[in-house]
Amino acid sequence: MEREPDVDLLEEPPAALAAPVDSRELGAIFLGGMIGALARAGLEEALAVAPGGWPWATFAVNLLAALLLGFAVSWLRAKRHGLYARAFLATGICGALSTFSTVMLELVRLQEHAGWGLACAYGMASIAAGMAAVLLGIELGRRRAAAASRRRPPVAPGAAG
Amino acid sequence: MSGIALWLAVALVGGAASLARYLVHGLVEPLARGRFPLGTLAVNVTGSLLLGVLVGAGVHGDAYLLAGTAAIGSYTTFSSWMLDSERLARDGRLGAVLVNLGASTGLGVGALLLGRAIAGG
Repeated sequence: MEREPDVDLLEEPPAALAAPVDSRELGAIFLGGMIGALARAGLEEALAVAPGGWPWATFAVNLLAALLLGFAVSWLRAKRHGLYARAFLATGICGALSTFSTVMLELVRLQEHAGWGLACAYGMASIAAGMAAVLLGIELGRRRAAAASRRRPPVAPGAAG
Repeated sequence: MSGIALWLAVALVGGAASLARYLVHGLVEPLARGRFPLGTLAVNVTGSLLLGVLVGAGVHGDAYLLAGTAAIGSYTTFSSWMLDSERLARDGRLGAVLVNLGASTGLGVGALLLGRAIAGG
């Protein structure tokens, strides 16, 4: 069975392990990771909360990253040269802009300083809003791709230069 | 460390941690043969363990900004966790969705507490 040439990064098949290292792809991930980390760290420093307070900075960057990731994967799915854009946006920016470990630390600290109620509320709100954000992003990306293909019909297979 | 140097370091560390995430994800994900998003789970649980160690060791200030927020924060990911869950849901694998959401949270909190205890927090 022939492999789709433009596979999703996050659905990388095992065969990809044998592929040679693509330094441009790694560079795109590194650059995106720099931007995502800077944005998250900047917001975390600017919106530092007292122990037991709702972690607004982490909550905001995680939802933004989930929205952007959903948009990026569905918008770039149809693109012929989407690999580097996806490495930059999805693996780089979204991966570094969002964080899981900080959420775990915040769950523990919320439970210790404000009780189980707020900790559970933060965990469930993050997951529910995160799922909603990724779904919204996917839908927006799909519409964006559909609108682009109406303006400029896709190149017929084999006709690309 | 001065302001600009510190934030430049945050960016460089974040970029390097993103490459580490990509590497570990790529090594672990194939083990599940596409049946479960094991790569994301692996980076998130190992990152939570490391963050627990940092917190338990009392790392704070600029050192925490670099090692905790920039490095481990960028190494772990929330957005891929959500996208993986959405894909399992779209495939109609609701049990796997619940396992991915519940086990990640449970193992993540457990790993953080374990790391903190190991480091003497």
